[in-house]
Amino acid sequence: MTVLRQFARNRGALIGLAILLAVVAVAMVGPWWFPQSPWRMAGRPFLAPGANERFLLGTDALGRDVAAGLVHGARVSLGIGLVSTAAALLIGVPLGALAGYAGGIVDDLAMRFTELFQTIPSFALAIVLVAILQPSIGSIVLAIALVSWPPVTRLVRGEVLSLRSRDYVLAARTLGQSTTRIVFGVVLPNTVAPIIVMASLMVASAILLESALSFLGLGDPNLMTWGYMIGAGRTRLIDAWWISFFPGLAIFLTVLALNLVGEGLSDALNPRLARER
Amino acid sequence: MLRFLLSRFAKGIVVLLAIAILNFFLIRLAPGDPAVVMAGEAGAADQAFLDQLRTRFGLDRPLVEQLGIYLKGIASLDLGFSYRQNRSVASLIGERLPATLLLTGTAFAISLGLGILFGALAAARAGRPADTLITLGALVFYATPLFWIALMSQIVFSLKLGLVPNVGYETIGAGHTGFARALDIGHHLILPALTLGLFFTALYARMMRASMLETAGADYVRTARAKGVGPAAVTRRHVARNAVLPVVTLAGLQAGQIVGGAVLTETVFAWPGIGRLMFEALAQRDYQVLLGVFFVSSAMVVGFNILTDLVYRLVDPRIEAGA
Repeated sequence: MTVLRQFARNRGALIGLAILLAVVAVAMVGPWWFPQSPWRMAGRPFLAPGANERFLLGTDALGRDVAAGLVHGARVSLGIGLVSTAAALLIGVPLGALAGYAGGIVDDLAMRFTELFQTIPSFALAIVLVAILQPSIGSIVLAIALVSWPPVTRLVRGEVLSLRSRDYVLAARTLGQSTTRIVFGVVLPNTVAPIIVMASLMVASAILLESALSFLGLGDPNLMTWGYMIGAGRTRLIDAWWISFFPGLAIFLTVLALNLVGEGLSDALNPRLARER
Repeated sequence: MLRFLLSRFAKGIVVLLAIAILNFFLIRLAPGDPAVVMAGEAGAADQAFLDQLRTRFGLDRPLVEQLGIYLKGIASLDLGFSYRQNRSVASLIGERLPATLLLTGTAFAISLGLGILFGALAAARAGRPADTLITLGALVFYATPLFWIALMSQIVFSLKLGLVPNVGYETIGAGHTGFARALDIGHHLILPALTLGLFFTALYARMMRASMLETAGADYVRTARAKGVGPAAVTRRHVARNAVLPVVTLAGLQAGQIVGGAVLTETVFAWPGIGRLMFEALAQRDYQVLLGVFFVSSAMVVGFNILTDLVYRLVDPRIEAGA
């Protein structure tokens, strides 16, 4: 309860949560709100926002409704952000737990491996992976997950390292519980709070990464995404700024909201740090 | 110092070796038989040509041997051949590399300098309007997609206001030489470097602010104050100098992000660097060039990392220069 109260006291976090809920709501009602495909040429091309009440945010070079693209793009952005973060956690958490709990040479090897992945320019690796595996929702999620797990591993390893010599862990070991049970049943549950904080920030960067890939033409060709819309509007920037402007604004608001929520969670789950700030 | 440098270089080479091995397996993941892909890129595919390609690139030999050939090639700067462009990948990259080094180097310097400055300013005025303004600004730029801010600043500063050139590296056909040419390139550099640096400025400013506030409570700061050191000197000599250390560490870790961001910035501003080359290779699915750029950008990151380690040693008050 104190966590909730602490979170509610943070104005930035509440604003972030409000924006995020709005984006989620838009993504959920999207198919009912704009039942037709966002790829459909619905009206005259290059309609400015407000020029026709049917297209509040205007139309693009092919007469596609920008608003419909935004709404359908919200589903893709949030979906890819969530799934790829979950996949990154699936790699990062077990590896970090293994490194931290086993220690010694296993820890050394795991950490060298993690450092290697942190050195590789992640965006360039993501581009190469998606290009080689061919752009699809699966390859994009895989690429984002493969470049975002290292910080998770480092975080979990650090936490596990400090937890493994606590009394209750020793007690569990004395009771003869198996290592797997100790790690998953006793140690890891105590690392959930910092993982949640990190995950919310990871969803934000995953959304940024996905939009950048789509912008470069590496999006799933069947999905309307915000990054694709910005890229498509790029060549007509001077006379049709709205085609690129609104999707960018949508990305900005969503990422900002996730960052604010993440910071709010971080402060609420770790009150000591919040007071220092 | 020399020993430190040598050990850093040795570490860097191990990392590059690992990346080269990763690269080798990635190209084998690429769709199709590499010989067929290469033949397709060359625009011809009769059996004799395929066999010739297989022999030439050792594709008929065991995998380990192929890896050996590949690594030996990389050691002599052979990054493969682009049949699309009918040129070696190394020469394609070599021609574009200076522009990227200029762009990323400038963006790195700008973001580190401005980030530290703004972060320190915000911390010194904690809770006051200047702090709120800087903190809000950092929050905004931290959440803005790099390519979008690049496009929007292109509209505002170059297409509408006409302050800086729209795209490119220098004025084509102007025939500038010497200093005039450097000025011209600098003029073209402003917008790409600033937009590439913005996200990182925001990141470093946030880090510097937090680090300053944390350091201000340290025992040695209290001691300095008790000894009668003036507030300005305490902030400068004791707080800022120590607070900057984690920021430099973070900057080293983020070097890869700047190199990655260059792909987007160079694409938007038609900056003739390796990021733009990567974008062009992407459109043509020229995997050799793609992986070549990936390897070289990894090497750049290793270089940046060594550089930040050096800077770290220079600014860390606990390590005397020359030690």
